[in-house]
Amino acid sequence: MRKTFVVCVAVALLAVGAWLAIEMTEGDWGGVDESVVEHYAEEAGRSARDPYINTDQGDLLLFVFLLAGACGGFVAGYSFKTLFSRKRGPSAT
Amino acid sequence: MMVCFSGQRHFLRLLSVASLLLIVSSTPVWAMHISEGILPANWAGLWFVIAAPFLYWGIREIKIKSRKAPQYKPFVALVGAAVFIISCMPIPVPVAGTCSHPVGTGLAAILVGPAPTVVLSSVALTLQALFLAHGGLTTLGADIVTMGVAGAFLGYGIFWLARRMGISALVAAFLAGVVSDWATYAATSFILASALHMDASLWSMFGTILLAFVPTQLPLGVLEGILSAGAYRFIHFRIPELMKTQFLSGGSS
Repeated sequence: MRKTFVVCVAVALLAVGAWLAIEMTEGDWGGVDESVVEHYAEEAGRSARDPYINTDQGDLLLFVFLLAGACGGFVAGYSFKTLFSRKRGPSAT
Repeated sequence: MMVCFSGQRHFLRLLSVASLLLIVSSTPVWAMHISEGILPANWAGLWFVIAAPFLYWGIREIKIKSRKAPQYKPFVALVGAAVFIISCMPIPVPVAGTCSHPVGTGLAAILVGPAPTVVLSSVALTLQALFLAHGGLTTLGADIVTMGVAGAFLGYGIFWLARRMGISALVAAFLAGVVSDWATYAATSFILASALHMDASLWSMFGTILLAFVPTQLPLGVLEGILSAGAYRFIHFRIPELMKTQFLSGGSS
């Protein structure tokens, strides 16, 4: 019980600390590919171009993730008993 | 050679579902991946040539180990799913005001071996380039070399060295995570510098790009070390047989 309390307090403090740090930091939270890779590439005269299959348009990327999530959820639901059953068979060599 | 455990199967299923569910909550972040069009064709081709023997070695090793231990292949697939997710998991770094991602290849190399990790990286990077607008098809060879070859082999190398020096497995796994992350970004810096330095000095540009990565990757590398050590500890305590069979017979080649 005490251990759980300590863990909960630690997690809460960590979350608040992270939130404060994020709030206080000035930055656009872009990936380092933009701020580093593409920045130096552009300086050298090489710009990144659009990928051949560009899913980074509007909500298309969300749709791709939705599909992956739906498949994952289906597999999890289908195998729920197998996954969360505590019953275990004997070890075989 | 490898025993089949019901607990192990249970763990693998849990790991697979956790991986799939993580996909739901994650959104891609663009970090060490070299985007489409950045590398000139000759440099892009060169990195494909360098990556090819490692890929061949990895595929060969997966085949050999799978013949000896049938459970190895599904385990490799699951570790591959983990590498895919970890390498597109955005983590904001407050100090830098940017986001980046861990690579996961250090942990993967400990679990399945460094050469198979190159194959896993190539699969993850190909899927990301095709469906997530993350990285690029022409820069795939370079991305495989940074994440797969440099990340996996240096991460595994430090793990092996630390274990030989009598350092605990937990600390060794931490070091593997840290080194694989930093090595990946160092290799990215080198690849960019080698292709783009033009009249400037290669090493000066390498140093400049590497320094630009430092504010984000220094803390993120430590986080990746903690992640690797935590995952190692979890697997070690939950299914110690898995570590024994995978690492001693499988991963140590």
